Amino acid sequence: MGTARLLLRAVLPFLVALPLLVLVQAVSPLDWAIVLVAMGVNVILAVSLNVVNGFTGQFSIGHAAFMAVGAYTAALVTTGFRGLEIGFLPAGVVEALVFAAALVAGMATASVAGLVVGIPSLRLRGDYLAIVTLGFGEIIRVVIENTRVLGQATGISGLPPMTNIVWTGMGVVATVLMARRLLLSTQGRALLAIREDEVAAEAMGIDTVGWKVRAFVISAAFAGLAGGLLVHKILLVTPRMFTFVKSMEVVVMVVLGGMGSITGSVVAATVLTLALEWLRGLEQYRMVIYSLLLIVLMLTRPSGLFGTKEVWDTLPRWLGGRRAEGGAP
Amino acid sequence: MTAPVLEARKVSMRFGGLRALAGFDLAMQTGELVGLIGPNGAGKTTAFNAITGVYEPTEGEVLVAGERVNGMRPHQICVRGVARTFQNVRLFRDLTALDNVRIACHAGSESGFTSAWLLTPRHEREEERIRQRAEEFLRVMGLSQRSGELARNLPYGEQRRLEIARALATGPKLLCLDEPAAGMNASEKVALMDLIRRIRDEFALAILVIEHDMRLVMGVSERVLVFDHGVTIAHGKPEEVRRDPKVIEAYLGDSYLAEHDIAAPPGEAGP
Amino acid sequence: MTEFLQHVVNGLSLGTIYALIALGYTMVYGVLKLINFAHGDVYMVGAFAGYYVATALDVERSPSLAKALVVFVGSMAVCGALGFVVERFAYRPLRNRPRLASLITAIGVSFLLEFGFQLPSLRSQAESLESALFGFGLRLPDFLHRLALALPDSFPPGPTPRFFPEPFERVDWTVLGGVHVSNYDVVSLGVAFAFMVGLQLIVYRTKFGTAMRAVSFDARTAGLMGIPVGRVISGTFVLGSVLAAVAALLVAGSRPRIDPIMGLMPGLKAFVAAVFGGIGSVPGAMVGGLVLGFSEEMVAGYTVSSFRDGIAFAMLILVLLIRPEGLFGRVTVEKV
Repeated sequence: MGTARLLLRAVLPFLVALPLLVLVQAVSPLDWAIVLVAMGVNVILAVSLNVVNGFTGQFSIGHAAFMAVGAYTAALVTTGFRGLEIGFLPAGVVEALVFAAALVAGMATASVAGLVVGIPSLRLRGDYLAIVTLGFGEIIRVVIENTRVLGQATGISGLPPMTNIVWTGMGVVATVLMARRLLLSTQGRALLAIREDEVAAEAMGIDTVGWKVRAFVISAAFAGLAGGLLVHKILLVTPRMFTFVKSMEVVVMVVLGGMGSITGSVVAATVLTLALEWLRGLEQYRMVIYSLLLIVLMLTRPSGLFGTKEVWDTLPRWLGGRRAEGGAP
Repeated sequence: MTAPVLEARKVSMRFGGLRALAGFDLAMQTGELVGLIGPNGAGKTTAFNAITGVYEPTEGEVLVAGERVNGMRPHQICVRGVARTFQNVRLFRDLTALDNVRIACHAGSESGFTSAWLLTPRHEREEERIRQRAEEFLRVMGLSQRSGELARNLPYGEQRRLEIARALATGPKLLCLDEPAAGMNASEKVALMDLIRRIRDEFALAILVIEHDMRLVMGVSERVLVFDHGVTIAHGKPEEVRRDPKVIEAYLGDSYLAEHDIAAPPGEAGP
Repeated sequence: MTEFLQHVVNGLSLGTIYALIALGYTMVYGVLKLINFAHGDVYMVGAFAGYYVATALDVERSPSLAKALVVFVGSMAVCGALGFVVERFAYRPLRNRPRLASLITAIGVSFLLEFGFQLPSLRSQAESLESALFGFGLRLPDFLHRLALALPDSFPPGPTPRFFPEPFERVDWTVLGGVHVSNYDVVSLGVAFAFMVGLQLIVYRTKFGTAMRAVSFDARTAGLMGIPVGRVISGTFVLGSVLAAVAALLVAGSRPRIDPIMGLMPGLKAFVAAVFGGIGSVPGAMVGGLVLGFSEEMVAGYTVSSFRDGIAFAMLILVLLIRPEGLFGRVTVEKV
């Protein structure tokens, strides 16, 4: 296969998705748009967390912090370059370029945060790792709350309303594609090996600490993407949006869907976002229901809805199925 | 003369007050088959762990192909040519047999995420190469028809063979097998003996085997080391070691010596 | 100098509270190898249980020592029962599953308590349900309606804070030329030390304590030796929860404001103290609690006080980076 054709195959999902998303955007009533964006953001969060918790079997419960880093970075970029003009380009295009740059910047800083948190933490065992990620999550939030440039507790408001279904949808495609291609690759298998048996993986030549850190960084980057998207819909970014409770909401999605299943994360994120919408009158019961859900889930079906299965395992090969290959389930 | 594949020089392992291994000395060349025997808790697996980097030797040195590997992490030592199996099978249980072996083919490869995401031609070629290599190792171990099966669903004997296939796939110079015949019946053990010899010949390896089954070890090894309480009490050809009074005493006790009128070993009154 | 002594006194007070809570974490971790995320919330429940008993006994208007004792015992009983129930129904079924499942469940229990306590009272919930149904044209049968009215009106307490009544009159002294000490401080320290000494006796001089230590070394072997592991674990939970209740009541004297999320920060800090001292080690938890209490007081007193909460996190990260097994912890080598 020629190089050009291979590269086309690589970006094909984006090309197919784009017109579909534009169509959806055009026909969706406004209140639907908000829910769809929220759904997309949650899918990105759940799938990205799954890379660490599901594929690599590490327990990270500070995901919201990376979201915050990405969100604030993106916010600073879009508010900083507000009203930018680039010669002949129409304003809409410039805004889009700035937004794209903002999202990428958010992913970059979130990656760095992931590196800073990951390197020291990932030498630690299961429960300790969880506590440290929680601790770092809180520290990042506290730092933001005390930094004047970031607006401290009030945050930054008046962000340009850039996020819509198209942007969010492309973000979802990017995240799901990243996760799926990772899962099917030799790099992904290294992560799975670490999850299955770290000692054996190490003995088979896999640099477990190095790979865990890499998984962490990827996961953080996409959390940053989600953060950037979210705040440009709400048009506001405050530290209180990124508490430990938010991190646990993402954990619930991943656990419910099945740790290790991309399909599970997508489904669970979608279902829970919709459920949240319908239960809007019962806001105070939300966390109580979440916690009961978590407990019941752990007691009855800890592998979640999908375990480690994927929807594409049942599809024929040309559509992405892998049955004939005998690859990782 | 090339450096020995493995050289352990006076390696000792201490855990707090407990000395699990003392003065372990071994040099192995390519193609050699060495057996490690001794009662339970004698320090055999500890020796393995010291060689493969799971533990850092408290004293002594370990050299792989002439390079000192003390303090290196297991994956670094694996890349330098030492692979192992485990006393209690440690497969990647929820992954298929093929994936278990494919992961080992990855050893040392530094390719990054971006090539995986962009589906570059190089990445695709690499994936194909790995798949073929993995399938070949499965074939060698007689597991071809199991390639799509989850590791935890395989019968015990096949799990052990899969673990060996996986270790082989890392392309080692030295293969360390920790009780590969545990749980096998007599005919399976004979088959395993043949397999071990074949592997040694086909892949030009050095092989170090821990075993409890005397006949297996004696039949397969050119040299045998006998451990007791962390100390090497005998080291030599199987026939010599078998008759060594110290070895007999360690395994069967000094009452056996008295009953069979064998002279007690000089020096120590008991183990 | 007096300032320094004041901080010492305050640090001691704070430290003993952290120590009491940390003991619960460390004992449970010792026998179950589980970080009981919900422990801080047991502390919160202790405060509220005491509050409800005190309100029922009308401590506000006629305080007495006898009543204070009833409040203590009542709160300890409630927390002990809570600890028992949580272990029995949420953690025990997961004993043979990977530890991650227990950790997630623990977080679930913690949230359940925190957010459950923030729900409006059962009676007002029933009333809201009734009006909602009425809006759909449905009426509750009479007996259900009366049942609804009989539901407690102040439980769950809801998010607004309550104020613990004073069990006895507060007396302040100034000693050593400027250090403020109140009788509350003295009682608090006395009671805390008494309980810590009592715990030491239990752990090191009773059969139960020995059983606890055996289980923490090797649960399976302990079981094979005839130790009723299940009962020991239950007992450990009960013991830890009782200590948390004591801590909550001692705090309620000087800081009477209680709310459903009051357990979050003390719980987290006490956990850090336990890790610092070596999680699983009883003396470690006590030392860790005191060290944290002192450090927090000193830093808050001599630098910026808003960094107070940050000390615990900083300590946590330092411990986990430098010496994860803590002060008195044992380094465990995984057998391969």
